[in-house]
Amino acid sequence: MSAIEPPVQRVWWKQPLDRAELLWIILALAWCLIMFFMMPYWHLYGKQDLGSEAYRMSPDDYAKLTEAMVTKYKVREEGGDQKVPVVHPPAGSDVYLIARLWSWYPILELESGKTYRLHLESMDYLHGFSLQPENINIEVVPGYDRVLTITPEHPGTYGLVCNEYCGIGHSTMTSRLYVVK
Amino acid sequence: MATNRMFRTCPSTGLVFHQPAERLMMANAVAAAVFLLFGGILAIMVVLTRWPAVHLLAADRFYQVLTGHGINMLIFWVIFFEIAVLYFCSSTLLKSRLATPGLAWAAFWLMVIGALINNYAVFWRDDSSVMMTSYAPMGAHWSFYLGLILFAVGALVACFVFFGTLVVAKSERTYVGSVPLVTFGAITAAIIAVFTIASGAIILIPTFLWSLGLISHIDPLMYHTIWWAFGHSSQQINVAAHIAVWYAIAAIVFGAKPLSERVSRSAFLLYILFLQLASAHHLLVDPGLSETWKIFNTSYAMYLAVLASMVHGLTVPGAIEAAQREKGYTHGLFEWLRKAPWGNPVFSGMFISLVGFGFLGGISGVMMGTLQLNTLIHNTLYVPGHFHATVVIGTSLAFMALTYFLIPTLFRREVMFPTIAKWQPYVFGLGMTGVALFLMAAGTLGVPRRDWDITGAGNAFPYSFPGSAFLMLGLAAISGLIAITGGAMYLLNTVGSVFFGKRIQTPDFQHVRAAEGVAPSPKPVAAAIGSYHPGGGGALVAPGTFILALVFLVSFVLYYFINWKYLATVWPMR
Repeated sequence: MSAIEPPVQRVWWKQPLDRAELLWIILALAWCLIMFFMMPYWHLYGKQDLGSEAYRMSPDDYAKLTEAMVTKYKVREEGGDQKVPVVHPPAGSDVYLIARLWSWYPILELESGKTYRLHLESMDYLHGFSLQPENINIEVVPGYDRVLTITPEHPGTYGLVCNEYCGIGHSTMTSRLYVVK
Repeated sequence: MATNRMFRTCPSTGLVFHQPAERLMMANAVAAAVFLLFGGILAIMVVLTRWPAVHLLAADRFYQVLTGHGINMLIFWVIFFEIAVLYFCSSTLLKSRLATPGLAWAAFWLMVIGALINNYAVFWRDDSSVMMTSYAPMGAHWSFYLGLILFAVGALVACFVFFGTLVVAKSERTYVGSVPLVTFGAITAAIIAVFTIASGAIILIPTFLWSLGLISHIDPLMYHTIWWAFGHSSQQINVAAHIAVWYAIAAIVFGAKPLSERVSRSAFLLYILFLQLASAHHLLVDPGLSETWKIFNTSYAMYLAVLASMVHGLTVPGAIEAAQREKGYTHGLFEWLRKAPWGNPVFSGMFISLVGFGFLGGISGVMMGTLQLNTLIHNTLYVPGHFHATVVIGTSLAFMALTYFLIPTLFRREVMFPTIAKWQPYVFGLGMTGVALFLMAAGTLGVPRRDWDITGAGNAFPYSFPGSAFLMLGLAAISGLIAITGGAMYLLNTVGSVFFGKRIQTPDFQHVRAAEGVAPSPKPVAAAIGSYHPGGGGALVAPGTFILALVFLVSFVLYYFINWKYLATVWPMR
């Protein structure tokens, strides 16, 4: 009789469905399928899809590639005593960004409307790439070089915040990203 | 070995309690409340630190307190209570003796010791502020993992005591036909729990060995993937358990019978089959996993578990509506709801839990679990906003509502402060709704979770969040304090009633020994409502609920597509 007692009808699985229940199941299932197919649809036709390009790479090798890019394309330094290089790599090139306790390296200066292959890797713990106020949030993992093909829009100065907890200095792990014309 | 077969029948509800099971339920429920109290005190500090205008604690203390808050609430409070629910749904609802009470006590003490060891690592040693997730390669002291492992082993043993009780009940024929729907829901929760704990063992045992230096390397991506098979699935135990509690409360308060056993049980079955895939929700912006894997898993294989939740969302209030209509509340679409016992915290708590879980937790959860949309909110405060709606409004409030029923029936005490009890679900529900909404709003503005300070003061390259983000954090904190007040009202009332409340005296009370080998067998109640379908008719049995469900669906669709529209404005990425 009630939900805390055994069903009165022994053969409860043959009871007919209520119409409201049946209608709701059909509606809910249809909605679930729409939501499901939105993901492959956006993967094929949408513009914002992180893809899954990634390679195993030791943090040391990754740091070498980053340093080579910094030497080649450094345009200035910023941040007072810290002297963080600002790098302006050519459009279409491979751009490397290091996440480590508790800073981002280097500062990138990218051109609006141009496409770059942005690499992300952590040197130590997990970190979170969070670009503000654009609100692009990506996990950065040690040992995995993650590649995104990205096209910055709207020139300006963007904030880069770590949003994966990485220890006591977590909230000081902020940096910038410039998008220029 | 002599088997204790002493039973008592509750005079007001007719429920049958087995003496050892009764004591175990009490012990587990009391332990749950103790950890809720501790987690609640930590919540005050979390709230007052993330309120930018107050900013109470130093960074190290904040991360320590946040680690403890997460573990004590999400793991210790809910799982202790769930074990009590499992014993209730097996022994009490099936009128059966509990299998192996000795083992159940061993499980209880293992869980207590595990919880204490884990808290020792976090608070006494002060070297394990690694958050509940403890992502390798960030390492905690070995006792942190050991505590969790012992707790999990205890919980696993308790699950098997539950399964054993089902076997005992079946073989001793304590019930006729199939198990009740609520027990079926509890079985779902226990099966998911076994999967969850196995995943936890697979990842925590190597991590424990790594913390001792016996293993040299834990792959961070592997840890992330398997840990979430434990971390997310443990929240799915909660979902199955609190939905079982919803059905139980609908039955207790209204005598409601499921609209259809077949539909409700099939929905629980979908949980068993698909809920565990949700580990992927946390890996959508990780490298190294294919998009196909992510899409299949994050959607629980085409959202079949979401379908199940949407079905429960209709059938629970639908059963209440049908029962109310039977009683004559048939005027218009919503008289059944208006004339519901809103002053009874067992009902009001359950109903707020249901609405909050569906509208706030469910919709936001599906949004964040969508592959591409996840990029917008991953690791922002949106995530805690979501799970405070699912686990706190959904699970905790449902458990609180059930407690008001258990105080007189299980503990045999009168509720000490009935007026406080009457208002408690509203205060707690309102506060937690504010927490969920304002945290989600702050997350949409990009504010990170688990972050001591968002002002950027002292940083070489500070980022200034918009003023609205600070406003949202302030509002979330005020709501948090309201919710904590609601939590304190609950604890005051439960602790007060259980230890100092007036005993409910039943004349000639004594435990009754069931005939050796056979517990009292239930009488089939033929006179009760057999079915809400008196053949044809054409009218819906629950039209009001159906309208509410349509409102839910429209909100869901709108919110879902608003987020796609927002995503379309973000920089192109491939």
